[in-house]
Amino acid sequence: MAHFAKPDAGSWTEHYPELGTAPVSYEDSISPEHYELERKAIFARTWLNVGRVEQIPRTGSYFTREIHAAGTSVVVVRGRDGEIHAFHNICRHRGNKLVWNDYPGEETKGTCRQFTCKYHGWRYSTEGELTFVQQESEFFDLDKEDYGLAAVQVETWEGFIFVNLNPDNTTSVHDYLGELGAGLAGYPFDEMTQVYKYRANVGSNWKLFIDAFAEFYHAPVLHAKQATAEESRKLSGVGFEALAYALDGPHGMVSSWGGMSPPKDLNMVKPIEQVLHSGLFGPWDRPDIEGIDTLPPALNPARHKAWGVDSFVLFPNFMLLVWAPGWYLTYHYWPTSYNSHVFEGTLYFVPPKNATERLRQELTAVTFKEYALQDGNTLEATQTMLESRAVTEFPLNDQEILLRHLHKTARDYVAEYQTTTPVRISAVS
Amino acid sequence: MPTFPADFAELEPFADWSLATESERYAKRLSSTMDELQAFYDAAFPRLADALAHLDALELDALPDDATRLLWLCYSLVNASFPVEVWRQPRVPDSGAASMDMLIEPAV
Ligand code: FES
Ligand SMILES: [Fe+2]
Repeated sequence: MAHFAKPDAGSWTEHYPELGTAPVSYEDSISPEHYELERKAIFARTWLNVGRVEQIPRTGSYFTREIHAAGTSVVVVRGRDGEIHAFHNICRHRGNKLVWNDYPGEETKGTCRQFTCKYHGWRYSTEGELTFVQQESEFFDLDKEDYGLAAVQVETWEGFIFVNLNPDNTTSVHDYLGELGAGLAGYPFDEMTQVYKYRANVGSNWKLFIDAFAEFYHAPVLHAKQATAEESRKLSGVGFEALAYALDGPHGMVSSWGGMSPPKDLNMVKPIEQVLHSGLFGPWDRPDIEGIDTLPPALNPARHKAWGVDSFVLFPNFMLLVWAPGWYLTYHYWPTSYNSHVFEGTLYFVPPKNATERLRQELTAVTFKEYALQDGNTLEATQTMLESRAVTEFPLNDQEILLRHLHKTARDYVAEYQTTTPVRISAVS
Repeated sequence: MPTFPADFAELEPFADWSLATESERYAKRLSSTMDELQAFYDAAFPRLADALAHLDALELDALPDDATRLLWLCYSLVNASFPVEVWRQPRVPDSGAASMDMLIEPAV
């Protein structure tokens, strides 16, 4: 039985006819060749979220971000001009990685007046100019002006910092994020500065973990053992239906109900949740800030009373979840090969005013981890079996529309790249 | 020297649950038996509301050491509540060898 209205086309999927309704191939998630194309067609050319402005609050604050899929590392820094700059993390002298600590492959962060190369001591300002060359007179006609750091396009949207590794890119991040992005403008992300960040190495294609977070069809089943027994039976009897879906260019979102925050009946939740008044959906009491009761248009688009959380899939590898009780969560999926990626989940709350609020947030953060461990554990098994190619086409239901859209988008980017990039004639014909 | 504020003396046997980081608390949970988790829960859970009342009367960012240790114990109670209240096993069911590391967590 349908609990929530669907579009006139009869289903969410048919509302977007370009998606089709046929079973879907997962070859895009198991082919090393396809992944190599995705690296060039997607990760080297689209806006990638690398962090938040709060991470670099002061002049000289910086962090590095390894972007394996695009084959580079970038350093993001707040310059003396107050602006955010991003550079390829490479010294112009002989190519040493410029900013790192102990382990060149690990990300780092800090505050500095300038960047000094560990190899021969060349120095760069926070705006990227080469300011000092060791034994400069030994060089031949070296003009320091010509050897500034290689800049990377960087822009912010609602306090999120994005880089684009394509020097020829002409689309602003604002335009790239389209109507969904515009519809989120004004949400008080900047007030939510209490951060919990998790990271995991996952043995699956990056898109498979997005799949796991872009549908809730699995939730009453895979996560059945998280709830009290009675509640769990009820949930799997009802199944999952979204309040709404929206697709916009390469991006998409799902709007979900969430009756547990607070629950209708205290007996629906665990004793620790009864005492702390918190759970997976967040602390039941909303923080005392502006902007979470009057929502921007992209949030709770159905304007439903039972709204619980909206999940935005911002192509390619960034998800943003805004929860009704006034906090948000981000997911990032950083591919390291066709069948592995680094997953990051970060929770953002309004800073707690007392120990009770702090413990409520702790309960939400710990609960998130337990769910994510279950989500993550299925992925390696899925990857292995997909790679068997024993079965090659998979039916996706209407509640899996965002997966259908994600894989189609990724395939479309690759196809577009292939048609616009001249193929090199191979030596052997 | 007592670990916790005087009102919470009966929690002293569980002082080894007073751990500053999520990774320590999680590791302790995974290396505990269900009997140990149950004993900790049975002692600490009934005092959770009292602990909140005690801690809320203080400034969160200027807690005395004994209060900080009590707060850490409460974090461990949150972590241990999952196996005791629902799963009957230290590890979340169906999670195999999956792991997730906490990279950033609040200072207090
Ligand atoms: S490589 Fe950086 S100074 Fe030589
Ligand atoms: Fe899940």
